[in-house]
This record gives sequence, structure tokens and C-alpha cells, in this order.
Amino acid sequence: MMATATTDVSVRFEAISKSFGPVHVLKDVSASVPRGMTICIIGPSGSGKSTLLRCTNLLERPEHGKIFIDGDDITAPGVNIDKLRVRVGMVFQHFHLFSHLSVIENVALALQKVRKLPKAEAEARAAVQIAAIGLKGFEHRRSSDLSGGQQQRVAIARALAMEPDVMLFDEATSALDPELVKGVLAIMRDLAFAGMTMLVVTHEMRFAREVAGQVIFMDHGQIVETGAPAQMFDAPQTPRLKYFLEQVL
Amino acid sequence: MFEGLQKIGETFFDPQIIAGVIPQLITVGLPNTLLLSVIATIIGIALGLVIATGLLASQRLVRFLCRGYVDLLRGLPHILTVYLIGQGLPLAGLSIFGKSTYAYAAFSIGLIESAYMAEIFRAGFQGVERGQVEAARTLGMTRWQAMLTIILPQGIRRVLPPLTGQFILVIKGTALVFLLGLTASQRDIFSIAQDNSINNANLSSLTAAGLLYLALTVPMTYAVAAWGARMQRGSQRGKVTA
Repeated sequence: MMATATTDVSVRFEAISKSFGPVHVLKDVSASVPRGMTICIIGPSGSGKSTLLRCTNLLERPEHGKIFIDGDDITAPGVNIDKLRVRVGMVFQHFHLFSHLSVIENVALALQKVRKLPKAEAEARAAVQIAAIGLKGFEHRRSSDLSGGQQQRVAIARALAMEPDVMLFDEATSALDPELVKGVLAIMRDLAFAGMTMLVVTHEMRFAREVAGQVIFMDHGQIVETGAPAQMFDAPQTPRLKYFLEQVL
Repeated sequence: MFEGLQKIGETFFDPQIIAGVIPQLITVGLPNTLLLSVIATIIGIALGLVIATGLLASQRLVRFLCRGYVDLLRGLPHILTVYLIGQGLPLAGLSIFGKSTYAYAAFSIGLIESAYMAEIFRAGFQGVERGQVEAARTLGMTRWQAMLTIILPQGIRRVLPPLTGQFILVIKGTALVFLLGLTASQRDIFSIAQDNSINNANLSSLTAAGLLYLALTVPMTYAVAAWGARMQRGSQRGKVTA
């Protein structure tokens, strides 16, 4: 019974709590992400959505509660964090490309250091990922010579090269100029439709409506409402979600 | 008036004394000063790197100990440290370098420098964008791998100008080793000049030593400044534009 339940669920949060000093950023948050589904997390800034995402690969450690990935309790003591993180890819708002490395070196680095692939094989795999995000020919550019949109696409390729089971996107388009947002969202959409399990913190409501299998609305460290995108956007149940949507749409 | 000028000239600029000391300054003093500076800098960089890693460690005790080391060595007058280490170690029976005064001299200067260099490295490493380290960790790299592949290569670029600036201070700092009583062939620029000035009861040899120090340090100072300015422009060009 348990076994069948865990195989359908990729990530499960069980009563997660987290404080930064006196600020209670996550209060008793529970949720699960079915395998292959994209879940968009929306909510005002400071609602705890980024912290929830960062807990998923233990960049932040929850004080209470458990997180399961494919049925494994990653919050259990003695868990090898580095092994866990290979299974969970992450894309940041500010890209965080390795600024001293070229595009292909950015994508190949962890393949060499973590997957222990020889340099030639790592770079061959990296080249495939770079072509897939539409940056063929940019392999040997310095990352700082790229536009923000290009940098973010490289960051996505870098995460995907590790062949993660789950991808986390933390406001991946918030730092981009408006005309560069589309290209990044298109890659995320393709990824979602290809069956990647994704947790996406975003302010792009159109993207959430179109791509998400489920939307989670967070406010003040709690999940206030959750449901299918059509229901969430067209018939919000709680006054807080109604108010939030009025502000952003 | 003229007599006064003549006296100043004789005290500081006696051409015969200067001409007499210059060969020794250049053939013995200069190589020793440079050798001491290089050895002390190597010790300083090696220890400084370790201490800098400690200053940024996640364990509070490690941070505390390394901070103490840096505060101690930067807080003491260098002359005191050179005495305590260079004279003190062999006196206390800690003859790690046998009877080689030269080695104790280089080691004591190296220790002092390691504290300054640790601070230079710490600042350089801290300047590396934290998010890049996080990105490396999310890809499954260990703390240590992130240190070696992200922080170190980027940090080194940042610290090269201040490190070279520190090397200039080391060159001047080696003058303190005269305290330890070096043999004739081991003497650095200052020791030779000082011995000469005592023997001749005249300061002109020190003037010659001063000119030699300036010939080393002033061009290096300008080179470092130009280098630092170029790096500054380079890093601004590389700034992330969203």
C-alpha cells in the first residue's frame, strides 16, 4: 500500500516548519508532487515559497517535518546531501553561472566532478544540452558575455545535464528583461510537457495557468489554497487568493 | 651655510662610502633580501591560505582559533614577533631549522605575513558570489569541490594585486632580520648597510641601501596600481546585466 503510494509521488513535504530568527517563514506546510507533474507555487513575496523550494534540496534545512524524494526521507539524520542533490536540479533567479568558466565548462563541470565522467565525455554531453536549449555555437563564450536570457538557459542546461528526477525553478524569469522571458519559459514548458517533475516558484500567471498540473498559493508561510489552475484562477475559494489575483492580473 | 650643506652631504651622501658599499649591497644584500622575501612570501601564502579557509569555516571553534591567530600576529609589532620567533624558537629548544639563523629569519617573517595574507585571501574568497557556490552545491558538489573549482580560481584573480602589494611590504619587512645576527654572506641589504655605517661612523651606506629599496619597491607599487585598475575595469565589464 505504502509502496504504490510512494512510486507515484516524487516529492512529499510533511508538516515542514522553518524560522529565520524570529521570523516564522514556513508553518506546518504539507504537499506532494506527483511524478511528472509541474506544480507552480504562487504568492506574494515573503510568503515562504522560495524557502520551501530551497528546503527541497536542503539549501535550507527545515526545523520540523520531513521531506521525501521518491520515498526516501532526505531530512533523516546522516543522509548524504550531495548524493541527494544530484537528483534535484535547481535554477535560480540570478542564474549563478560560474563566471570564470565558458558556457560548455559551466555545463560540464559537475559531470566531471560529481559524475566523474572523463572531460571529453562530459563536454560531449554538455554540448548536447547546450544545443537543446538553442545555444549551439555559444559553447566557448564566457558566461558574462551572454544576455540574461541566454545565461538562464545555460543554467537550465547545467542542471539538466545531471539528469535530475526533479527540477526546481526559483523565480527563474524574474530578473530578466521582458523580451527575454519568453525564451526561458518556452524551455520550461517543453520540459514540463516532456514529463519532468517540476516545482516552479513564479510570478508568471499565464505560464502557471497553461503548464501547471496544480497550483499552490502560499501566504505568510502557509499553503492557503491549492488546486487545478483553471479552478484557482477562475474560481478562487479563499478571499486571500482572490485579493492576490486581483493585484497581479 | 656652505659648511652646513657640506656636513649634510658628508653624513648622508659620501660618494666614497657609497661607491664602496654598493658592490656588496648588490652582490650579497640584494639576493639575500629577495630570497628572504620569496621564502617568507611562500610561507605566508601557504599558511595564509589555510588560515583563510579556517576564517571562513562553518565550525565556530575553527573560525575563532584562526581569527585569534590573525589578530595576534597583526596586532604585535613585527620587531617583537621576529625576536620572539627567530630568537625564541632555538632558545626554547624548538630548533626546527637546526642552527640556520637564515631559516628562522625567513620563518618569522613568513608567519607575520601569513596573517596579513589570510585576510587578503578571506576578502578575495568572500567576494566570490555566494550564489555560485550554492549552484555548485545544488549540482552535488561537496563543499571542498566548490572551494577548489569555484572559490579558489575566482578568488585568486581577485587577490593577485593586493598580494603583490603585500610582497612589497615583505621586501621592506625583511630588514628586520638584522636583529637575528646573520653571518656575513647571509646579510640582507639593510644588515650590510647598517654594519657599514657603524664601521665608518657615517650614514651614507644606509642612503645607498634606501635607494636600492626604492628601486625595488617604487616600480612595483606603480605596476600593482595599474594592474589593480585594469582588473577593476575588467570586472565591471563582466558585471551581470539582466
